[in-house]
Amino acid sequence: MNANPSLNGAHPYNDPGSDEPLLQVRSLSKLYGSRIGCTNVEFDLWPGEVLAIVGESGSGKTTLLNCISTRLVPTAGGVRYRMRDGRMRELFGLEEAERRFLMRTDWGFVHQNPADGLRMSVSAGANVGERLMAVGERNYGQIRKTAGDWLSRVEIEMDRIDDQPRAFSGGMRQRLQIARNLVTSPRLVFMDEPTGGLDVSVQARLLDLLRGLVTDLGLAAIIVTHDLAVARLLSHRMIVMKDGKVIETGLTDRVLDDPQAPYTQLLVSSILQV
Amino acid sequence: MTMQTPELATYNFAYLDEQTKRMIRRAILKAIAIPGYQVPFASREMPMPYGWGTGGVQVTASIIGPQDILKVIDQGSDDTTNAVSIRKFFEKTAKVRTTTHTADATIIQTRHRIPEEALKANQTLVYQVPIPEPLRFLEPRETETRKMHALEEYGLMHVKLYEDIATHGHIATTYAYPVKVEGRYVMDPSPTPKFDNPKMHLSPALQLFGAGREKRIYAIPPFTNVVSLDFEDHPFEVQKFHQPCAICAAEDVYLDEVILDDKGNRMFVCSDTDHCEERQAQGFRGVQAGGVAQ
Amino acid sequence: MYVAVKGGEKAIENAHRLLADRRRGDQSIPELTLDQISGQLALAVDRVMSEGSLYDRELAALAIKQARGDLIEAIFLVRAYRTTLPRFGYSEPVDTSEMKLERRISATYKDLPGGQMLGPTFDYTHRLLDPGLAMGTVPQEPEQSHETTVKAMRVSDILAQEGLIESDGEASSREPADITRTPMEFPLERETRLQALSRGDEGFLLALGYSTQRGYARNHPFVGEVRIGEVEVSFHAPELGGSVIIGRVQVTECQMVNQFKGSAKAPPQFTRGYGLVFGQSERKAMSMALCDRALRAGELGEDRVAPAQDEEFVISHSDNVQATGFVEHLKLPHYVDFQAELGLVRKMRADHTASSQPNTDLEAAE
Repeated sequence: MNANPSLNGAHPYNDPGSDEPLLQVRSLSKLYGSRIGCTNVEFDLWPGEVLAIVGESGSGKTTLLNCISTRLVPTAGGVRYRMRDGRMRELFGLEEAERRFLMRTDWGFVHQNPADGLRMSVSAGANVGERLMAVGERNYGQIRKTAGDWLSRVEIEMDRIDDQPRAFSGGMRQRLQIARNLVTSPRLVFMDEPTGGLDVSVQARLLDLLRGLVTDLGLAAIIVTHDLAVARLLSHRMIVMKDGKVIETGLTDRVLDDPQAPYTQLLVSSILQV
Repeated sequence: MTMQTPELATYNFAYLDEQTKRMIRRAILKAIAIPGYQVPFASREMPMPYGWGTGGVQVTASIIGPQDILKVIDQGSDDTTNAVSIRKFFEKTAKVRTTTHTADATIIQTRHRIPEEALKANQTLVYQVPIPEPLRFLEPRETETRKMHALEEYGLMHVKLYEDIATHGHIATTYAYPVKVEGRYVMDPSPTPKFDNPKMHLSPALQLFGAGREKRIYAIPPFTNVVSLDFEDHPFEVQKFHQPCAICAAEDVYLDEVILDDKGNRMFVCSDTDHCEERQAQGFRGVQAGGVAQ
Repeated sequence: MYVAVKGGEKAIENAHRLLADRRRGDQSIPELTLDQISGQLALAVDRVMSEGSLYDRELAALAIKQARGDLIEAIFLVRAYRTTLPRFGYSEPVDTSEMKLERRISATYKDLPGGQMLGPTFDYTHRLLDPGLAMGTVPQEPEQSHETTVKAMRVSDILAQEGLIESDGEASSREPADITRTPMEFPLERETRLQALSRGDEGFLLALGYSTQRGYARNHPFVGEVRIGEVEVSFHAPELGGSVIIGRVQVTECQMVNQFKGSAKAPPQFTRGYGLVFGQSERKAMSMALCDRALRAGELGEDRVAPAQDEEFVISHSDNVQATGFVEHLKLPHYVDFQAELGLVRKMRADHTASSQPNTDLEAAE
């Protein structure tokens, strides 16, 4: 196995008390012609911290997420990330090979629609095992065992390991997508409306699971959601966006209980309290 | 323009014009310099259909000289129609000597087999390749597979092998079995049975692969590492036959199944007809040729 | 004793003799001449020239005769000959506004400078089999305009005067791409794509063009203009002191006018799909124009959702010589690979039989 050995070990930088940020976003803007996707966004994300980006649809939150995760190239500004060797690197200065390696080892990306993040026609086991094989794991039994462990962590029965995700319910698919992302022990996970499109009861179970995993693994996460309940349950800090701009930012409880900006007040009051 | 005059139908040595040969030789040199990498080349329209060896024929036409001795096999045999046709083509356009003996040939053009007899340093094996891209059936897009090769992203290849084992208990790929060349590029060995894969490894002969329709040339230089993809706990294995050749009694060779009658009686004979004939000349006899059953 | 099959060489020779006999057919009937083919099966000749990428009526007629009327086989023959021809250089771009028209119609204007010219069209014929033709009849003298040269402004130029349609774009000064001399690499430049489409299979492009009309990448087409006629081909030869006209070729050009909303950068204007083929083939030129426009989806910021918009899919499969070769190669022997698959299936069946017995017991016990 020629994989990066630190993949399986503990993360020296996952200590939430670490005094350096994991990710720094500076003056980030994305324009579509003359239309603003997001503009002049700045924040730091700390190891183990969960940040929620909330706003209505069209507020620019998904654009922002895609820029930070290098899926979109911003018009201006930059994103710096602390690599596993401790060095801060500008993401848009990385070679494509480095960036793709980062994306499939140190990062995860959970799509709203699991079909976008899964291979629907290969088994659950291979879906989880793919990242391991991509970084050089060559022992079938070991890959299968690790995949099985992860399936059980996301509450999928071991006897479903050879089934394809198309035979799974929406909630199961989403849990499988999460397992597929976490198998290389990433330090940062991006989530785009991870509970969107699921029934309320299924949502609750998934949120519970996510909260447990994030805490247990000390994961840092950036979650885009229009659902303030999701932000309340999962995030430490939140950013409120409107028309591509950051309207308000702060600790989640503070923003939700004592919103400062008029728009945030409107947003908070327009939903049932949680 | 008129085709009435016979002079119009004259062609250059080995059909291709020298300009084209130079272009193909440059592609071949690049391919040798980067083992396993698929070099795009401006494949010409050949007087035989695409998919019938136009890539192999172009490679052979570009490297062949008047001194060369050419052997052409299809399915291991010198006598199959396509092999005959291609051999005739070079006899006619290059007037080179041809042979059916593996040992005598300087260039061997092949479809689907590697000769049983070990190749030597002064020989070149030219493969006809239908689909050069080993990732094609996992990812149909050229733009994407090019990126996967460039970034050495071959996880998907192992996903396929994983699925085989999960479904069948073993890797269920029997031909065109993917290999990794010199620790870098994953390569399709063309639709040879995986039985032949080990012969590519550290071969003293130069191996050239031509895909005409797909416009790609790739190569394995002599003495290059060629490793069949597998898992540590499910290692690569070649096919085994449970009986020797019914004609020459050879073992550890690739056999073809021949149906003998309407009742479904069958026998197994060497796919490499030259090898079989050599052995018969040496006095080896299988059960069908009056030999003693083992 | 078993004897391995031999004599492939003899068999091939015999097959070719039989082919020559069948091609000639009943020898009591006069043999077809190339003049008859190029004169009376002119549209078949046009298709072979167009998809064979070689403008030579006589060679195309010969290819049709040699191929027993199988047009894809004839195209293949022409291509395999063309590839051996030396390349002296590239002609100047032909100017279709200078075309000597034989047919010219526009669906976007009722009347226009130069007028509508129906020319020799099947349109408006009643498709009733004509027994008279079977007997052999002498057609009436056609009535044609007395002008020796009929020229007309192109519809796209009329629209361009008002800025209503995108411009032709500037011809780049570099040597044009040549898909027969350099390997194609996706994504392609539009000029490269148009070359591939122009030699693409008529049936394939027709089906794809049709699919865009049925909603798979709908692009709201109007036939701005279809024109058929002869254009001059000139060649720049510095040693002769400039450009010389080296001949005339008949071409069919189709300019499709398509709707476009406009974007942040560009004001709303019509966009174009373009088709140009050798000879007279409206169906092909129109299909090509529909496909060209569909393939510009990325460039014009449209979603790529339909097969006709997928460049790799369309261009990789539009060449009928490639397609027929690869499809027909399936009849070549594959018994070595088949042997490998036979072995595998037998093994898997044996495994299945071996494991299904105890498994049933296990399930029953659970």
